[in-house]
Amino acid sequence: MDVEILSRIQFAFTIAFHYIYPPLSIGLGLIMVIMESLYLKTGNKEYEILAKFWTKIFALTFGIGVATGIVMEFEFGTNWATYSRYVGDVFGSALAAEGIFAFALESGFLGVLLFGWNRVKPWVHWVATMGVFLGSMFSAVWIVIANSWQQTPAGYHVVGEGMEARAEITDFWEMVFNPSSMDRLIHTWQGAFLAGAFLVLSVHAYYLRKGRFVDISKKAFRIALVVATIFSLSQLVSGHSSANGVAENQPAKLAAFEGHFEAAAPGDMYLFGWVDKESQQVWGVKVPGGLSFLLDYRFDTPVTGLNAFKEEDRPSQINAVFQFYHIMVSIGMFLIALTLFACYKWIKGDLFESKGLLWVFSFSVILPQVANQVGWFAAEMGRQPWVVYGLLRTSDALSKSVTENQVLFSLIMFFFIYTLLLLLFLYLLNKKIKHGPYEEKEDDDRPFQREVAQSFSTPKN
Amino acid sequence: METLAGIDYPTLWFLVVGGLFSGYAILDGFDFGAGAWHLFFKQEKSRRLALNAIGPVWDGNEVWLVIGGGALFAGFPVMYATLLSGMYIPFMLFLMFIIFRAVSIEFRGKEEMAWWRKMWDISYSVSSIVLPFLLGVVLGNVLLGLPIGENFEYEGGGFFTFLNPFALMVGISTLALMMSHGAIYLLLKTEGRMYAKLTVLLKKGMIFFMVSFGITSLYTLIYIPHLSDTFRDQPVLFIVPLLVFLSIANVPRLSSKKKYGQAFFFSSLTISLLLVLVAIELYPNLLVSTLDSQYNITVYNAAASDKSLGIMLTFAAIGTPLVIGYTTFVYLTFRGKVKIDEMSY
Repeated sequence: MDVEILSRIQFAFTIAFHYIYPPLSIGLGLIMVIMESLYLKTGNKEYEILAKFWTKIFALTFGIGVATGIVMEFEFGTNWATYSRYVGDVFGSALAAEGIFAFALESGFLGVLLFGWNRVKPWVHWVATMGVFLGSMFSAVWIVIANSWQQTPAGYHVVGEGMEARAEITDFWEMVFNPSSMDRLIHTWQGAFLAGAFLVLSVHAYYLRKGRFVDISKKAFRIALVVATIFSLSQLVSGHSSANGVAENQPAKLAAFEGHFEAAAPGDMYLFGWVDKESQQVWGVKVPGGLSFLLDYRFDTPVTGLNAFKEEDRPSQINAVFQFYHIMVSIGMFLIALTLFACYKWIKGDLFESKGLLWVFSFSVILPQVANQVGWFAAEMGRQPWVVYGLLRTSDALSKSVTENQVLFSLIMFFFIYTLLLLLFLYLLNKKIKHGPYEEKEDDDRPFQREVAQSFSTPKN
Repeated sequence: METLAGIDYPTLWFLVVGGLFSGYAILDGFDFGAGAWHLFFKQEKSRRLALNAIGPVWDGNEVWLVIGGGALFAGFPVMYATLLSGMYIPFMLFLMFIIFRAVSIEFRGKEEMAWWRKMWDISYSVSSIVLPFLLGVVLGNVLLGLPIGENFEYEGGGFFTFLNPFALMVGISTLALMMSHGAIYLLLKTEGRMYAKLTVLLKKGMIFFMVSFGITSLYTLIYIPHLSDTFRDQPVLFIVPLLVFLSIANVPRLSSKKKYGQAFFFSSLTISLLLVLVAIELYPNLLVSTLDSQYNITVYNAAASDKSLGIMLTFAAIGTPLVIGYTTFVYLTFRGKVKIDEMSY
């Protein structure tokens, strides 16, 4: 294998692993803010206990997110030196803004969020929670802007030629509001809210099935269900708007999403399928003209297909891009159906009656995670062979001085460390969940223990 | 070229990056140092106290690395690309240990078993020793210069080219400096028997630093004379190494009087001054090419455009007071001796 493939595998592996955690931190951050706000407003201790419980799980995800995030920043320089020189002038200011405005905010307040419960007043603690949550949201802003600039460059000009070429910033705000950044930012945020909300739903569905911590779990479940329903629905809107943007700015990527080859013919929309690149056929179930309709509300509008691009200017892994995109969309649809059904049961008043539904929620935690991952894979692989769309090819972006052996060494190292990290994370997450929201000394509403406690405390005549 | 108060933007950004690196070295330095001593504490209670002394702040300290790295990337992309790709192996090892360290701090307290805690204690302490050492090794290589050729590409090749006697010496001195610095921090946060033990450890740390720093300085003067060229050309700059020595001397003086707050100040000042020394030795170069001086990476040929630097200087002007503000808030909230409660590590 050559340095390019190894470096791409390493980047994909480290970013995919990293991206398990930040969405959870952002999503749990939102839920924690809601729980703490409810505590401040109602004074009900149960909300405080919930907020504390989820803070502990948040700490777990946040810690791993920071450690694996530092890796990403360094990898630009270590493995993609030419890319770093090329984009530094533009990309750098977004990264610098991320560090100074976002990351510093979240890590600064994290100490108070985790360790300050008994040291500061409840409202000060609320401010810290809010600071961490906003910090994580801002982080997403700058990172998504930087990535969107790679998808749809704007506000720059190219200076120099060949290996000397560099993109230089000409208009900061044009760079920030490049054509795809806002759609993709909102889509990313909402994906993160769903990741967090479904973790909360999953854990409390599990408690409800087991009959543990019932009162408190019902409260938490309802909070997370509201969040999950709102953002499953709005994700459809932002996804649609994002796809329109891709059609306009990155037609080759959109064509790969639906396996659309013909240069200018109405585009079909597949529910699922399999792309055969050689014969330019897609086998699957489709809505004829569906893609055209989504983009233009007419079934016969021509959509630019892959054949409109030279072989070397279009993504090579079309079937993979197609599958990733379709898995993301299918999961999105399923989440909408699931949350709406649960809301219907809530209105009917028997939300917690059906064990089956709680089972489904227990396992659904994996779905937003998968959707977030495959969505990014579709976005990044669909941009190939470019690292900066239309400007810099991935194969040119490498570090020229780094050798195969070096990358192989680091790749193996990351593989082992991250495997260990994932196992530890799952083990500790499981342990915290099994232990539940209550400290040993606190009162709780576990029915058995309450009875035992009462039998000791009530004087018998 | 745009200027502000008579200083051009690349030089100004050089100062910003230098300031961030020295902030990082002072802050993460004390928690690396505290970690390096970890295995010297034998009792579970002492180890927990030591961990919780850095508990609420280590993560915030690491942010300075992220910001410093981002600032170098943004302001001097050429330097960032060449340094990181050239020093591939040390940076990869650095990343590995920084992950191990974070994980050790987070996971140590999650289980009661003695073997579990011991395992994380070792991994925490070893990574806290290796990290400042690796940073020192990279710094040593930067001071020596690297084989840089056309297009500012590193041409050293190989796995272990980053290991050379000078870089190792700088690595060890950095570790020693951080260990004294960390011991002083822990003295500020502990009391009783642990405090007594730390006074002994601090003495050892200071001797370790004096010896390693003395040897490194001597080696530099004899074998790498070009590093002191700037000082020969402009004798007035001799004030800086003089200040370094005065600042270092203040640390044991104040420690023997048990004025650890002031000792910590001078220990931090020493770290900054040493970096000022490095900056003076290098400027206007960032990275000297050992192949041909036309490939030297300087603040000018590595810098982002004035437009980009202008934007970032604005960010720095807005962001710095904010960062200082909430950093102060955190340190004030957790001031005084460590207390362990149910949310602690």
